[in-house]
Amino acid sequence: MTVSIPLLSTRRPASRAAATPRPRRILAVASGGGHWVQLMRLRPAFAQAEVHYATVDRSAAEIVAPAPVHLYPDANKDTPLRLALAALTLAVIVLRVRPDVVVSTGAAGGYLAIRFARLLGARTLFIDSIANARELSVSARLSQKVADLVLSQWPAVARATGAAYRGAVL
Amino acid sequence: MIFATVGTQLPFHRLLLALDTWAALNPSVQVVAQTGRTSASYNHMRTFPQMDQRQFAETVARARVVVAHAGMGTILTALETGKPLILMPRRADLGEHRNDHQIDTAAEMASLSNVTVAADTQALCTALNRAMSMPPVQAGRGADVAPPQLIEAVRSFIWADQYPQARP
Repeated sequence: MTVSIPLLSTRRPASRAAATPRPRRILAVASGGGHWVQLMRLRPAFAQAEVHYATVDRSAAEIVAPAPVHLYPDANKDTPLRLALAALTLAVIVLRVRPDVVVSTGAAGGYLAIRFARLLGARTLFIDSIANARELSVSARLSQKVADLVLSQWPAVARATGAAYRGAVL
Repeated sequence: MIFATVGTQLPFHRLLLALDTWAALNPSVQVVAQTGRTSASYNHMRTFPQMDQRQFAETVARARVVVAHAGMGTILTALETGKPLILMPRRADLGEHRNDHQIDTAAEMASLSNVTVAADTQALCTALNRAMSMPPVQAGRGADVAPPQLIEAVRSFIWADQYPQARP
């Protein structure tokens, strides 16, 4: 993917019309495999908003076309070098997209995007994978410190961890 | 293709024998099984004692239906893909595990719409026949959506600061 420095000209005007809803920009972030599948199941929730996707797999683009897809390297806590590269890439993606809202279904990339987007004042939602039926993932626990809302897909996990429960993707 | 997995630690002959029988009666359907270490042989399935994680994930991705014992480690990959998942918990009284914790796990998983719990071999075959009569899940194609409750929660989060009354 091409990496470019965000220019001031890409900023939106600062004035916000309070009375009429303006287009809302969402950055939807998920790494590959099950995280992406779970994000796809949430797509109806993005209706009427402008959605940008960030993921690790180029083939995702055709699934969500014509929505723009931004790629970042797949990484986790066991691949620190790639994780640093993923962080850098996601910082650039967040700066370029300037989302109003970030929604992620994990994993590490979602947490990183949420952290950067918080610095720009975006509202952020992390939905932990349905695979985490007994405890929150590391990414979800880290997100609890920065995100506006962290959801678990399991009521018992939500109760034990302070995450919220609003149902599951399945 | 149907993929069955009973983990890699303990044999689970009751499940595999039922599936082998089902495979014999349904020769047009390929059945692949990760059997763990076992001395039994199954003539109507393609068996692997153990798959590595990558092969396991790829097989799940190709499968139309996944059949598994109710071990957390082995069912999570299947869960994430949204594929139909049939769980048969191991029973301690039949020597299939040290205790009955898989029955609890299966009961917990049963709340998910893509999961069916089969207590015995007859229920397993019924569940398998029903799952095979459904249209296949296209993983990742976005054809399937989350239930309304979660969609509505995410939607109201997205718009909450413009419609504060909709805050979840």
